[in-house]
Amino acid sequence: MKISITKIIIFSSVIFVLIIFWQGLKKDKNYDTKSLIGSKISNFNLMEINNVDQYISEEDLKKNRYTLINFFASWCAPCRVEHEYLLNLSNKYQQIKIIGINFKDKKNNANSFLKELGNPYDFIGKDADGKISILFGIYGIPESILINDELTVIKKIVGPINQIQFEDILKIIK
Amino acid sequence: MLSNIGISLVVLVLILSFLIIYTASVDLKISGQNIKRKIYKLSLYQITFTILSFFTLIIGFINSDFSLINVYENSHTTKPLFYKIAGTWGNHEGSLLLWVNILVIFSYLFLVFNYTHDKKFRLYTLIFQNILILGFLIFLLINSNPFNSIYPIPVEGLGLNPILQDPALAIHPPLLYVGFVGCSIYFSAAMASLLSGYDGKLFARSIKTWVKISWCFQTLGIIVGSIWAYYELGWGGFWFWDPVENASLLPWFAITALMHSLLVLEKRNTLYFWVIILCLSTFILSVTGTFLVRSGILNSVHTFASDPSRGIYILFFLSLMILSSLTIFFFKYKKENYNFTLKSRETFILVNNWFMVFFLVTVLIGMLYPIFLDVLTNVKISVGPPFFNIVIIPLVVPFMVLMAIGPKFGWVKSKDKIFYKVLFLILGAIVINLFIIYFFGTYSLLSNLIFIAAIFLILHSFLDIKKFIKNKRNTELARIISHLGFGLLVFFIGINHQFSLEEDFNLKVGEIKKTHNYKINFNNIKIKENKNYKAVIGNFKLTNLNNNLVQYLNPEIRIYSNPETLTYEAAIKTKITSDLYLTMSNVSRSDYYNIKFQNKPFMVWIWISALMIALGGFIQLSFKKNEN
Repeated sequence: MKISITKIIIFSSVIFVLIIFWQGLKKDKNYDTKSLIGSKISNFNLMEINNVDQYISEEDLKKNRYTLINFFASWCAPCRVEHEYLLNLSNKYQQIKIIGINFKDKKNNANSFLKELGNPYDFIGKDADGKISILFGIYGIPESILINDELTVIKKIVGPINQIQFEDILKIIK
Repeated sequence: MLSNIGISLVVLVLILSFLIIYTASVDLKISGQNIKRKIYKLSLYQITFTILSFFTLIIGFINSDFSLINVYENSHTTKPLFYKIAGTWGNHEGSLLLWVNILVIFSYLFLVFNYTHDKKFRLYTLIFQNILILGFLIFLLINSNPFNSIYPIPVEGLGLNPILQDPALAIHPPLLYVGFVGCSIYFSAAMASLLSGYDGKLFARSIKTWVKISWCFQTLGIIVGSIWAYYELGWGGFWFWDPVENASLLPWFAITALMHSLLVLEKRNTLYFWVIILCLSTFILSVTGTFLVRSGILNSVHTFASDPSRGIYILFFLSLMILSSLTIFFFKYKKENYNFTLKSRETFILVNNWFMVFFLVTVLIGMLYPIFLDVLTNVKISVGPPFFNIVIIPLVVPFMVLMAIGPKFGWVKSKDKIFYKVLFLILGAIVINLFIIYFFGTYSLLSNLIFIAAIFLILHSFLDIKKFIKNKRNTELARIISHLGFGLLVFFIGINHQFSLEEDFNLKVGEIKKTHNYKINFNNIKIKENKNYKAVIGNFKLTNLNNNLVQYLNPEIRIYSNPETLTYEAAIKTKITSDLYLTMSNVSRSDYYNIKFQNKPFMVWIWISALMIALGGFIQLSFKKNEN
């Protein structure tokens, strides 16, 4: 076989494609929103669940050192699991404020949920049709997003907050 | 029990493959034109055991033998018998067994039917085909064994994905498999031809039938898949440029190019290496498509529970296939001289091949680009219809014109004066196009060109039919029907695209909606219990305000229990001139239903013309004998 440039080019491009395939295989195909970290949230404007006239916006968030935005619903069982961590955060640490976004839920159910387990939230936003949550790239609840006073996303937690993630959050805010 | 029988049969096939490779290699050194009887015998055992293993799995599905994990995961006792059987290939493991079956069946048939051809060539083909068989058998055994057992035996299975419970989809995979896996035989034959030096005309003759068979089945398989998407998915479309559809198109472009250039090789004894490239790439593209779809790199309805280890194995095997075939090809490649004159049939066939390669590369780029971008830069994008429409559609115009004119030229050099005829027909096409605009409405410049080119091709084909009736040359008929089918397909897709109505709105029971010239009454809702699902059936009265024609449409929302899934069944009223298409879906926490209403002109003609393309291939297959 005579070695010519064409042959080398063809061989290398085939190998290149195969390597890309191989790399592609190793990639996690689960939809993830890791790319959210480091980005800034914008167009944040939420209505209070019990009070139609009360809103929270970006300006309000900038006043907090840290804000944890937590997506929850009364019908969501894992939300109950993470609730004690949220209570813990809100009771002991002043530098973090917690905003709950009530995902596809009824007002009364949400209220009795919080009555039963305690209310860790400084503000509870309404998202009855789930559209606001989608804007945050939420695809299942519970999920939480930790932002700082520049509105930059520092951490994103998919699924209920557990001990490890709780400690991570403490490390960040201390 | 079944598990043991199945695994034993598969292992037997594996051993037989080794034996065939071994005896064939020994036989290679023996001169003479006859292959040893022993090889025929081994191949006969191999095909028998392979088919038996497949039947074992089918029996497992029919009897709902949940001791097989595969049956447990993909079947259910309450499923209708038809879908129990279809369930055999409705999953990754079962379909892989079907894949191996087709490899073996083609291997055997090629050996038996090609007895007039060179011994060395046939033996090499057999060896390569058995290497492929081995590769897939090992994959099946170590990674995707449909005969794996489960203990304790579950009482009930998990069920088959409801969207797969559809007649079109029950036959879609076997058709495509014959089409795609059938390509393996001329992959092997091409490798054998390079090694044994059995080239030119005779090689073309040896693979001709197999190319036609797999072309017919691929074409039919793709059409059936598209019909399924239209009736089952409820989006009102029939082609979405979805990565999986694209994956099925890639080998189709290659094989269509191959079908045409094979003619040149057979008649003119040239283009040999180009034909080899097409033979190799058709199967390589089939396996690449399978890899992309099955490994989960591309997500789609075809991704069975995705498992990266699967992907790594197919990728390994694919790399082996590509690199070894490339190496052998480069070793044997010699520069060919073509002396084609401009006005000859072979020139036009070459042009056809350029177009096919262009379409192939376009679709390949559209499909691979997102994967590349994701791997290299972590950016996720998807390449959608706009890209393909912009790049491909304009090229379809000259493609159709050449498709009409090309077959007019004879081989080598042609003296026909076709200029005036072409001019006349183009004028005819323009006039017809103006009629359409006058009666139905205007469209863009590009659409005008598409319509004119399509009508030109259709008119040309009609003239060809007239000529055919006079001199009755059977090979011509196949070509005329396929080309006419393509012209009609583009024409009806164009019409359908230009003049479809689509309305999206919410409606409560008892409400009326007026849209365009239709009045839609939402009469009532019924709930019906079926064997494996519960259906919420809406009753809609549709009045055409132009002619007061009343029709009832009953779209359904089906709630399947095993596994629990919602599907939306469109109500489709098909008429010769148009389809009325209505889907309803529930709007959560309200009495409203979301209704999607469409009026799609000439839908049924899209299927008919697509089927005509495939029909041409089948006609050619059936006339093969008379022609020789």
